[in-house]
Amino acid sequence: MSKIIGHEDNINAIRALIKKHKKNDRIFSYIGLFVIGSLAIALLVLFLDLVIDGYPKMNLEFFSNFPSRKPEGAGILSAWVGSALVLIVTFFVAVPMGVASGIYLEEYAKKGWFADLIEINVANLAGVPSIIYGLLALGLFVYEFGLGQSILTAGLTLSLLMLPIVIVATREAIRAIPVHIREAAYAVGATKWQVTLHHVLQYAMGGVLTGIIIGMARAIGETAPVITIGALTFIAFLPPTPVTDVAPFINFAWLEAGFTVLPIQMFNWISRPEHAFHINAAATGAVIIILTLLMNGIAIKLRYSIRKKIKW
Amino acid sequence: MAKKNPKISRALAKNIRRNFVERLIEIALMLSGLIAVLITFGIVFILVTESLPFFEAVSLKEFLTSTVWTPNFEKKNYGILPLVSGTLTITGISLIVAVPLGTITAVYLSEFASHKIRETIKPVLELLVGVPTVVFGYFALLLVTPLLQKIYPDLPTFNMLGPGIVMGVMIVPYIASVGEDAMRAVPMSMREGAYAMGATRFQTAVSVVMPAATSGIVAAYILAVSRGIGETMIVAIAAGQQPNFTFNPVESAATITAYIVSVALGDLEHGGIGYQSIFAAGIVLFIMTLSLNILGQWTRKKFTERY
Repeated sequence: MSKIIGHEDNINAIRALIKKHKKNDRIFSYIGLFVIGSLAIALLVLFLDLVIDGYPKMNLEFFSNFPSRKPEGAGILSAWVGSALVLIVTFFVAVPMGVASGIYLEEYAKKGWFADLIEINVANLAGVPSIIYGLLALGLFVYEFGLGQSILTAGLTLSLLMLPIVIVATREAIRAIPVHIREAAYAVGATKWQVTLHHVLQYAMGGVLTGIIIGMARAIGETAPVITIGALTFIAFLPPTPVTDVAPFINFAWLEAGFTVLPIQMFNWISRPEHAFHINAAATGAVIIILTLLMNGIAIKLRYSIRKKIKW
Repeated sequence: MAKKNPKISRALAKNIRRNFVERLIEIALMLSGLIAVLITFGIVFILVTESLPFFEAVSLKEFLTSTVWTPNFEKKNYGILPLVSGTLTITGISLIVAVPLGTITAVYLSEFASHKIRETIKPVLELLVGVPTVVFGYFALLLVTPLLQKIYPDLPTFNMLGPGIVMGVMIVPYIASVGEDAMRAVPMSMREGAYAMGATRFQTAVSVVMPAATSGIVAAYILAVSRGIGETMIVAIAAGQQPNFTFNPVESAATITAYIVSVALGDLEHGGIGYQSIFAAGIVLFIMTLSLNILGQWTRKKFTERY
C-alpha cells in the first residue's frame, strides 16, 4: 500500500516536472518573440525617425540643387547623378564577368585543383572588408593604371565588390536546373555553349537577376571604398553628359570626370556640426534606404516567386 | 571512297569551325573565372608593394609594439596597437549585443517559430542585411549616442559604446541567419529521438540541436567578428577618428578602418608616408579578417561533413 502512495507521489512529481519544463518552453518562445519584436520595432523607429527628420527636405529642389555651404538650398543633384553613372559602369563590368565566372564554375570547370582555387578565392573575396577593395583600387586603378579619382575608377571598384555576389547567385541558380534539361538539348545536337546559352541560362535568369539587383543595391550604399579612392565630398558641377546631340550621340568623357555619390554626400553632411546639415543627411539617408530596401525587396520577392513557380 | 562527298566535307568544315568557337568560348569563360584569383593576388600585391617603403622607414618592432599612433604630429609615431585596441573594443561591444540576440533569434526561428512566422521573418532579416552602413553610422552618432548621454551624462559625443551597440544590431541578422541554417541542418531524427524520450522543445534545442550544430554556430560568431573588424562607416562617423590606446568603451578612439578613411579624406600625397601607412594598416586588417574568414569557413565545413 505504501508503495502505491509513493508511486502517486512520483507521478505528481513527474507532472510537476513536466509542467515546469513546459513553462520553460513557453518562456523561451516569449523571449524569442520579444527579442525579434523589439529589434524590429527599434529599427522601424530608427527608419521612421530618418524619414521624418528628412521629410521637410524631400522636394524636387533637393534633387535638382547642388550641395552648398548654406544648408537650406543644398541638394543632392551631383550625388545622385554620380551614383547613377558609377552604377552604370559597375553593371557593365560586374554582370558579364560575374555571370561568365558562375557559368564556368558550374558548367565547364572540371573538378580539380583549378576549380578549387577559383572557388576558395570567390568565397574569401565575399568576406574581404569593403575598405580593402578601396585600397586595392587606390593603388591599382588610381595610380598604377593612372585612371585618377574618376567615375570609371569608382565603377570598377564597386564592381569588384559586386562580383562575388553575382558569381554566387549565378552558381546557385544554375545548380538548381536538373540535368535532363541539358540532356534534352544535347540529344538534338546542341553544343555545350548552345545548351548553356539557350537553355541553362534562360532558366537561371531569375536567380541571376536576383543576384544582380542585390549586388547593385549594395553598390549604391557602399561608402568606404569610394572614400578610399579619394572621391571628393563637395562637387558643384555635373560630369559631361553621356548622350550628346551630335553624332555619334554617345561620349565617354564622363568616365574620367570627378564625382561624388549619395552615401558620401550623406557622410559629409553628418560630419558637419550644424544641425541644419543633419536634416539634409537624414533626407539623403532616407533616399538611400528607400532605394536599397526597394531593390532588396524586389530581389527577395523575385526569388520567392521563382521558387514557387518552377516545378521541374 | 575515293570521291569526296561535298555535303560531308561541308558538314565537317562546319564542325571544325563549331568546335573552334566552342573552345574559344570556354577559354573566355575560364579567363572570367580567373578574375577572382587575380583580385586576391592584386590585393596582396598592392598591399605589400605600397607599404614596403613604410616598413623601411618604420621598424616592424615599432609598428607592432608601440602604443602611440601619431602620423599627423611633428614627432611621428607609428604603433598600430591603438588602432587595434579601438577595433577590438568596438567589435567586442558589438558581440556582447549581437551574440545573445542573434543566438536567441536563431534558436527561435529554427526550433520554435511556426512555418508562417519563419517565412515572414527571414525575408525581413535579409532586408536588414542590405541596409547601408553609412545609415547605421547616422543612427549611432545622432540617435543612440544622445540617448546614452541621457543615462550617462559624461559620455563624449564621439565614443566607442554607441557605434559598438549599433554595430551589434547590424550584425544580429548575420548570426541569426547563419546560425539558423546550421541548426536546421541537424537531422530531424535527432530531434525525434529527444522528443521520444519526453524532452520539451527547449530541452531539445539546448541539449540536442545546439550541441550538434556547435561548429555552425561558432562559425556564425567568427564571421560576425570578421565583419565587425572590417566595418568602416559606423566607426568612422561615430567613434571619433583620434587614435587612442584604450579599451574603455566610453572614450573616443579610432579603428584601423576609421584611420584609413580619415587619411583618405585628407590630401593624399601619393608616395608620402601617410599614403603608405594606410596600406600598412590595410595589411593588418586584411590578415585579421582573412584568418577569421578561413577559420569560419573551415569550422562550417567540418560541420557539414559530419552529417
